[in-house]
Amino acid sequence: MNKLNNMKKSTKVDFATYLGVIIAFIVITVLMNNGTLGRKQVGLLVPACCYVVMAVSLNLTVGILGELSLGHAGFMSVGAFSGVIAAMSLAEAIPFEPLRLAIAMVAGAVCAGIAGVIVGVPVLRLRGDYLAIVTLAFGEIIKDLINCLIVGHDSEGLHIIFNFKGLKTVDDLGLLPGGNVIIKGAQGATGTDTIASFTAGVVLILITLFVVLNLIHSRTGRAVMAIRDNRIAAESVGINITKYKLIAFVTSATLAGAAGALYGLNYSSLQATKFNFNTSILVLVFVVLGGLGNIWGSIVAAIVLYVLPEALRSVADLRMLVYAIVLILVMLATNSPKMKAVLSRVIPRKKGDEVNE
Amino acid sequence: MSKKFEKPNMVPVPSHSIIPDRDVGKSPILECNHLGIDFGGLRAVDDFNLTVGRTEIAGLIGPNGAGKTTVFNLLTKVYQPTRGTILLDGIDTAGKSTIQINRMGIARTFQNIRLFSNLTVEDNVKIGLHNQEVYSTFSGIFRLPKYWKKEKVAHERALELLSIFDMQDMAAMKAGSLPYGAQRRLEIVRALATNPSLLLLDEPAAGMNPSETAELMENIVKIRDMFQIAVLLIEHDMSLVMSICEGICVLNFGQVIAKGTAEEIQANPAVIEAYLGKKKEA
Amino acid sequence: MEFLSYLISGISLGSVYAIIALGYTMVYGIAKMLNFAHGDVIMIGGYISFCAMSYLNFPGWLALILAMVVCTALGVVIEGLAYRPLREATSLAVLITAIGVSYFLQNSALLIWGATPKVFSPIVEGTQNIGGLSVSNISLLTMAACIVIMVVLTLFTSKTKMGKAMRACSEDKGAAQLMGINVNRTISTTFAIGSALAAVAGVLMCSAYPTLMPTTGSMPGIKAFTAAVFGGIGSIPGAFLGGILLGIIEALAKAYLSTQLSNSIVFAVLIIVLLVRPAGLLGKYVPEKV
Repeated sequence: MNKLNNMKKSTKVDFATYLGVIIAFIVITVLMNNGTLGRKQVGLLVPACCYVVMAVSLNLTVGILGELSLGHAGFMSVGAFSGVIAAMSLAEAIPFEPLRLAIAMVAGAVCAGIAGVIVGVPVLRLRGDYLAIVTLAFGEIIKDLINCLIVGHDSEGLHIIFNFKGLKTVDDLGLLPGGNVIIKGAQGATGTDTIASFTAGVVLILITLFVVLNLIHSRTGRAVMAIRDNRIAAESVGINITKYKLIAFVTSATLAGAAGALYGLNYSSLQATKFNFNTSILVLVFVVLGGLGNIWGSIVAAIVLYVLPEALRSVADLRMLVYAIVLILVMLATNSPKMKAVLSRVIPRKKGDEVNE
Repeated sequence: MSKKFEKPNMVPVPSHSIIPDRDVGKSPILECNHLGIDFGGLRAVDDFNLTVGRTEIAGLIGPNGAGKTTVFNLLTKVYQPTRGTILLDGIDTAGKSTIQINRMGIARTFQNIRLFSNLTVEDNVKIGLHNQEVYSTFSGIFRLPKYWKKEKVAHERALELLSIFDMQDMAAMKAGSLPYGAQRRLEIVRALATNPSLLLLDEPAAGMNPSETAELMENIVKIRDMFQIAVLLIEHDMSLVMSICEGICVLNFGQVIAKGTAEEIQANPAVIEAYLGKKKEA
Repeated sequence: MEFLSYLISGISLGSVYAIIALGYTMVYGIAKMLNFAHGDVIMIGGYISFCAMSYLNFPGWLALILAMVVCTALGVVIEGLAYRPLREATSLAVLITAIGVSYFLQNSALLIWGATPKVFSPIVEGTQNIGGLSVSNISLLTMAACIVIMVVLTLFTSKTKMGKAMRACSEDKGAAQLMGINVNRTISTTFAIGSALAAVAGVLMCSAYPTLMPTTGSMPGIKAFTAAVFGGIGSIPGAFLGGILLGIIEALAKAYLSTQLSNSIVFAVLIIVLLVRPAGLLGKYVPEKV
C-alpha cells in the first residue's frame, strides 16, 4: 500500500512537471498573441527555455550523479557554434526553418556529446573539488578554442581554420564568390539567421524532461544514483562506475548542446565569451537553489532567476547587488542549522515528509 | 582436501579440514593460498590460507586490527594482494576488479554500513539486481517493452528478497531512515540480490541487541539453505560465531593462528592468548 | 637572452599567483571550501590602495598597509557572516555562498568605483640592470615578497601555537576542538591571513599590470586556485611551486606559442598534471578507507 502510494507520488510529480510546462506554454502563447507581452518580454522567452534545459541537464550531473561541474557552459558553447554552422551552411539546402532548426539542434547536441566524451573520460577519474576545477579548466579551454575558430561556407562546402597565433583573418578562408563567413574568430558568429522559436524551446524542454526523468527512473538512473550515494558499495554490487558516470555526464552535455544551438540561433551575433565561467556558475546557482536532484525545482529556479534580473534592468546597477545578497541569504536560510531551526518553528512541518520508524 | 599449515611455530593447529561433511567431495567455493598484502612496510595480512566449502558457514575472527576486514578487501579486490592466489570456484581471480569479482559470485556487506541512503529500500535491492535484470539505457529512456518486462521482474524479485527478512513493508522507505538493525539486514538483502555463490558478512550483528542477533543467526542459516551458498562472516559476537559457524579461522596480527570447529577453537591456547593476553610467567 | 627575460617576467607573474595561492591553499586546507570570493578580495585590495594613493596621497608602502588592514577586516567579516553559519552544510552550499559573496564584492566595487578602468600608479618605479637584463623594480619586489611570505608562513605553521592549531584543524576539526583549540578563532585567523595576502597580491599585481576594474580579480583568482591545485592543495610549498610554475608556463606560452591560447595552455597543463598525480605535485593522495 505504502509502496503503491510512493510509485504514484514520483509519477505524479513527473506528470505535473510535464503538465506545468505545457500549461505555461499555452498561457504564454495566448498572452503573446493578444499583445499583453511586449517585445522585450517575448525576447526573453527563448533564452529562458535554453536556461531551463541547461539547468535540468546540469542537475543530471550535479544532483543525480553528484559530481560538481563548473564547465557546463562549455558544452552549451560547442552546441551553439556547431548549431550555427549547421544552420547557416544548410540555409539554401533546407529553406524550411523549423526543420533546419531541428537539424541544427541535433548537430549541436551531437557535437556537445562528443565534447562530453572527450572531457568526461579523463575528468571523471578525479573526485570532488579536483573534478570541479578541471571542468572549469575545460570550459575555459573550449571558450578559447572557439575564439580561435574562423569558419566560412561556400558552394564547395565548409572552410575551417584555427587561428592559433591570432594572425589569420577571414581572407585566409579562401571563400569562393557568394560564400559567406559564419564565425569570425573572437568576433564570433555574426549575421546568423535567427530561426529559433519559443515553440522549439518548449519542445526541447519537453524532450529534455522526457530523457532526464525516464533515465532517472530506469536501471541506468538507479546505477548513477547508487554511485552518488556510495561509490564503494556500488562497485561491490557490480556497477561499472566509469560507464555510468560517463552516461550521465555525456547525456547532460548533449542536452546542453541542444540548448546551446537554440540559444545561438536566437541572436544574429554571438561571441564565445558569452559562455564563460560566469554562465556555468549562473546555471549551477539555478540547480542548487532549485534543489539538487529536483527537476521541477531546476525549471522554476531557472525561469525565476533568469527573468527576474532581466525584468529589473531599470535598476540596472543595483540589481546584481540585490541578486548577490538574495543568493547569500537564501543559502544561509536553507543551510545554516540555526536558521533552519527558526524556520521550522515558523513553518509547520509538512505531513508525510518524515518517515516514521 | 589437503590443507597446508606452514606456521607450526606457535601451537599445533588441527590438521583436518574444516569443511563440513556434506561438502566433502565437492570442489570448494573459495581457496586462498599464501595470501598476503603489505601496506608500506607493514605486512597487514601474511600467508593467509583458507578453504570454504560450497555451502559452509565459516567464521573469521580475531582481535581488533587483526586484518579481518583486510582479508575481505583482498577477496573483493578492493586491494590487490601483494602475494598469493585466490581461487573462486576453481578460477584464479588475479587481476580482476571489484566489479568482475561481484559478477563472478562474491557479494559482501560492510562493517560501517554503506547503503544508498537517499534511495528507497526497494531501489537499494534493485541496484543489487543491476546485473541480473539487464536492459539498455536506450530501452530505459524510451520505455521499450523490455523496460516494462524487466522492471516488473525486478520489482517482484526485490520484494521477494526483502521478505526473507520480513522487510517488504519497508520497501518505499528511504534506506537512510531505517533503524540500524534494518539497515544491516538491507545490506545483506542487497548483497544477495547480486546472486552470489559466496556471501561475505562484515560484522553483521554489530550494534544489534541479543534478540535481533538471534534472529539474524536463524536468517543466515536460512539464507544458506535457501540459496545453497557459502557464507564467510567476520563477527565479534562469539555466541553467534560459535553456534552457526562450521569452520572458524582465527587471525592475529595478519596471520592465521588457529583453524577448526567451534570446540577446537575454544580450547586452543593460542586463541585464548590472542584474546586475553599471555599468562604472567611465574 | 630573450628567453631569460620571458622567464623572469614569468617568475614575477608566478610570484603574484603564488602569493594568492598561498592564501587560497591555507583557507582550503582549513575550511575545505573553494573560496571563489578570494579573487575579489584582491580587487578590493587594489582599489583601496589606489584610493589611498590618488585621493589621500599616501606613499606606496602606507597604501599597501592600509589595503592589508581593510582586506583583513573584510576577510574576517565575510567568514563570520557568510561562511561560519554554514560550517556543517554541504560543500556545494558553501561554494554557492562564496559565489554570492564574489558577486556582492564585484557589484559593490562597480557601484563605488564605476565600470571604467582605473589606471594604477605602481608603488615602486624604475628598473634595474642585472647582467644586461633590464628587470623592473616591481618584479624584483614581487619575487622578494613571495619568498619572504612563503618562508614566514612555513615558519608560522610549523613553529607557532596558532600555526599548529591551524594544522590540527585542517586534519580534524572535531579532534582539534576536543584538544581545546578554538576552531572558529583559528579559521577566522586563517581568513585574515589569506585576505591580507590577497591585498599584497592585489597591490603588486596592479603595480605590474596597471588597470583596475571590478572584475580584475576573478581571472587571477581562478588561476591562483589552479596553481594551488597544481601544487597540491593544502600544501604551502605546493602553492608556491604551483604559482611559480604556472607563471612561467603562462609567460612562455604567450611568448612562443599563442597569446590567445595562453590561458588554455595553463589549464591544459593543470589537467595533465592532475591526471598523472590526482592530488597535485606535492599533495598527498589519501584513498578512501573501506
